[in-house]
Amino acid sequence: MAGIQFQSIRKIFGKTLAANDVSLEIKDGEFMVLLGPSGCGKTTLLRCLAGLERVDGGRVLIGARDVTELAPRDRKIAMVFQSYAVFPHLTVFDNIAFGLQMQSRPRDEIKRRVEDGARLLELSDYLARYPAQLSGGQRQRVAVARAIVMQAAVLLMDEPLSNLDALLRLQMRAELKRLHQEIKATTIYVTHDQVEALSLGDRIAVMQNGRIVQCDAPMNIYDYPANKFVGGFIGTPPMNFLPGVVRVNEGKPIAAVGESHIAPSVALASALIEKNGQPILLGIRPENLALASAQHANTIRARVLVVEPLGSHKLLTVQVGAEISKVSVAPDQRVAPNDDVWLHFDPEKIRWMDAATGDAIHPG
Amino acid sequence: MRVRTESILPYSLLAPTLIFITLLIVVPIFQAFLLAFQTADGEFTLTQFEKMIADTSFADALKFTFLLLIFIVPAQVVLALVMALLIHTRFKGHTFFLYIYALPLAISDLAAGIVWLAIFTERGFLNSGLFQLGLLERPFLFLSYQNLPALFSTLIIAESWRATAIVMVILLAGLQVIPRDYFEAADVFGANTLKRTLFVVLPLLRPSLQNALIIRTIFAFQTFAVVLALAGRVIPVLTGEAYNWYALNRNANIAAAYSTLVLIFTVIATVVYFRLLRTSTAEAGFD
Amino acid sequence: MPSSRFILNRIFLYAVAIALAVWTLAPLYLIALAAFSTKEAVFQWPKLFLPTAFSTETMAFFVGSTGVLDSVKNSIIVALVTVVASLILGAPGGYALARFRFRGKDAIQLGFLISKMFPTAILSVPLAIAFLQMDLYDTLWGVALMHTAMALPFVIIVTAGIFVGVPRDLEEAAQTLGCNRLQAFWRVVMPLTIPGLAAAAIFTFVLSWNEVFAATILTLRNRTLPAQVLSGLSGSPLYYRYAGGFFMILPAVVFIFAIRKYLLNMWGNIVR
Ligand SMILES: Nc1ncnc2c1ncn2[C@@H]1O[C@H](COP(=O)(O)OP(=O)(O)O)[C@@H](O)[C@H]1O
Ligand SMILES: [Mg+2]
Repeated sequence: MAGIQFQSIRKIFGKTLAANDVSLEIKDGEFMVLLGPSGCGKTTLLRCLAGLERVDGGRVLIGARDVTELAPRDRKIAMVFQSYAVFPHLTVFDNIAFGLQMQSRPRDEIKRRVEDGARLLELSDYLARYPAQLSGGQRQRVAVARAIVMQAAVLLMDEPLSNLDALLRLQMRAELKRLHQEIKATTIYVTHDQVEALSLGDRIAVMQNGRIVQCDAPMNIYDYPANKFVGGFIGTPPMNFLPGVVRVNEGKPIAAVGESHIAPSVALASALIEKNGQPILLGIRPENLALASAQHANTIRARVLVVEPLGSHKLLTVQVGAEISKVSVAPDQRVAPNDDVWLHFDPEKIRWMDAATGDAIHPG
Repeated sequence: MRVRTESILPYSLLAPTLIFITLLIVVPIFQAFLLAFQTADGEFTLTQFEKMIADTSFADALKFTFLLLIFIVPAQVVLALVMALLIHTRFKGHTFFLYIYALPLAISDLAAGIVWLAIFTERGFLNSGLFQLGLLERPFLFLSYQNLPALFSTLIIAESWRATAIVMVILLAGLQVIPRDYFEAADVFGANTLKRTLFVVLPLLRPSLQNALIIRTIFAFQTFAVVLALAGRVIPVLTGEAYNWYALNRNANIAAAYSTLVLIFTVIATVVYFRLLRTSTAEAGFD
Repeated sequence: MPSSRFILNRIFLYAVAIALAVWTLAPLYLIALAAFSTKEAVFQWPKLFLPTAFSTETMAFFVGSTGVLDSVKNSIIVALVTVVASLILGAPGGYALARFRFRGKDAIQLGFLISKMFPTAILSVPLAIAFLQMDLYDTLWGVALMHTAMALPFVIIVTAGIFVGVPRDLEEAAQTLGCNRLQAFWRVVMPLTIPGLAAAAIFTFVLSWNEVFAATILTLRNRTLPAQVLSGLSGSPLYYRYAGGFFMILPAVVFIFAIRKYLLNMWGNIVR
């Protein structure tokens, strides 16, 4: 078992900075998710770790070992590819056994470990088949089985579920989680699907333009996004952002949004006093907005545009001033389009952000 | 360390080929120049070329080489285009016909010459057939110097028969990248089809057509064995003269002068080829 | 119920297809007929179009003629050496073009395309002189060297097309599973490309088997089959030539038929 360290990794393709000074430390046995939109450099970072891409700067450590200059096979990693990369000319058995055969393990050990791996991924009945005779989901399992039988200290997965249909993806997600609890290998999992990231990760590293913009536990990422990008990328629907201006009244800061005033939590107050007169963004998730029948503290006037009953909740599209926001309310809430309502903001759940940089404002 | 090997790997993989091609293609080309333009003691000279031009066969060789080119290349392209369009309709059994049409790919120009010799010779199959149909009373001498147009036609027929397959495969490969919407299998030879072929398919096929045209042009300069098999020395061609001067007259310098002339024509055709290829591939949206 | 117009179209289509097939096949039938008959039948007037005079006499005469069997053996040796050499030399280059981006790649590819254009007619004369000095003149090695050089640009371009067809991921997966580059190639790329490479090998064989100009210029006594037939062209009886022509065509046609599935791909590649 081994932890992983990326130290100031740089990787340049022509003019594209695919990894821009990335540093990240992953603990032994941790399930780390790299999350970000397509093209942000997730795969590149993973390939730098695997040794499939050489870095233009920085070091990669696995355990205490500097592996920056080592070939993939010397890094003691196992990898699941997005395309699965199952060998078409080999049977399922030989695919899973491939890595063990390269290590010249004894025959009976290979057989035992392949069968164990196949059992774990419910492939026991397919060992004699060729990949062309398998479904997409089964091929994906072969790719996972082939990686885990290596019992490598580090398991890398590049969007392993992205080519599966929605139902299968849901099912495999849970299985991968169970698998990790069973084998406990340090895992790096690349995805652009934030639900996958939230569901699987011990921690999530959110990437944008070749940088890691935030790395934290899923609920922290969800509740306390480091900036507007993270808040907008995670959550369905994403966080709402309402523009306002900081006003300081008798030493107490508030955000003026239209004619309404929203007060910050006590902890943030001192940091906001310095920003008197500056534009800010109030980031708030749909479920942290509530409907109120009358004006209270921390309420804003809004008009309901669309009501979508989604079973477990109702999703409202409302207009606040010139902005459109999403609000999630209980399924039995009585509300109809064109209703004028008051939106109540839970002050503890508001993420205050600098309107110019998009960065969250932290208690001073 | 790994970084190093990685970046030189492609070069080291290509190196043997590059060395080989340099030694056996690039160097000989320069030596051909030297042979053609140098005297025995290394002085620049044009005497070989003067001798070549003064040679009785030279003018004829030049004339017939270009005449062959003018007739053979269009004949091949038209015939190949018909075959390719036909196959591309994917009618039932089209693969079978494709293999038949492609068979001459495997046949050398020498063998093709001999095949048509059996047909055109005095007591050959053509004369026999015409005689049995009552169209001839005695054999017609297709391969005689007295019937130069007939002899010349046999060359065109033999070369068309052989090399049409090459052009067809090139065109068929080109047709395959054209979206199928442009074709309708149902009415291949209706009036609409002819229009569609002329105004839609042919322009789309232009890159492949140009490639085929120019590749065949370049190789038409090298027509040689088929001529030798059917016409002997009655119809001289440039490559054949190079062969004769070297193999029969043992004069490497004049042979090299002929070779150099072929090279010059080839280079001109190649330059034209890449000019056209570049614009056409850009238009067709290939990379 | 298909319209009569449709049926007419079909009839016309098949008529053209069959006419073209006859145009292609009839000469092959006739040379076979001529090659398998008696010597007298070759000069018979008028000739018959059915194999009534079937005989192996002319064929036996050809095969028994001085130098023919040796030339066949020579042709096979030269072609095999050419196939092996050009694949061993060229396939790695094709792999490099298929897998790597590197400086000068476009120039090198262009170079291969251009070198494919240069006629053997130009190269043969200076090579003959160089081979004389190197004791390679009139040897099979010399001819095989020349044929390998001729075949290399073709082999490189075709094999590059074959290797591009193997997803890079497969090789990289093998590397993460304990292979070095060579092992990954050997265990994953090779098995997947064997059919394509075999087709390329056969095509190269045919290329060498058919080549006549260089083979004639570069040899004197150690002729390949086409060189043997060509050098005796004017002095030999007709039936000798017919048998020789048929003998040259037969294996080539069989080979091409064996790789028919790859014809389009290969030629498509060459043109690009
Ligand atoms: N081999 C390559 N050559 C050139 N650019 C590349 C290469 N691989 C990745 N890139 C570029 O680097 C950036 C990051 O790519 P990647 O790591 O694949 O993103 P992700 O996996 O997050 O979608 C992209 O802009 C991509 O176009
Ligand atoms: Mg990716």
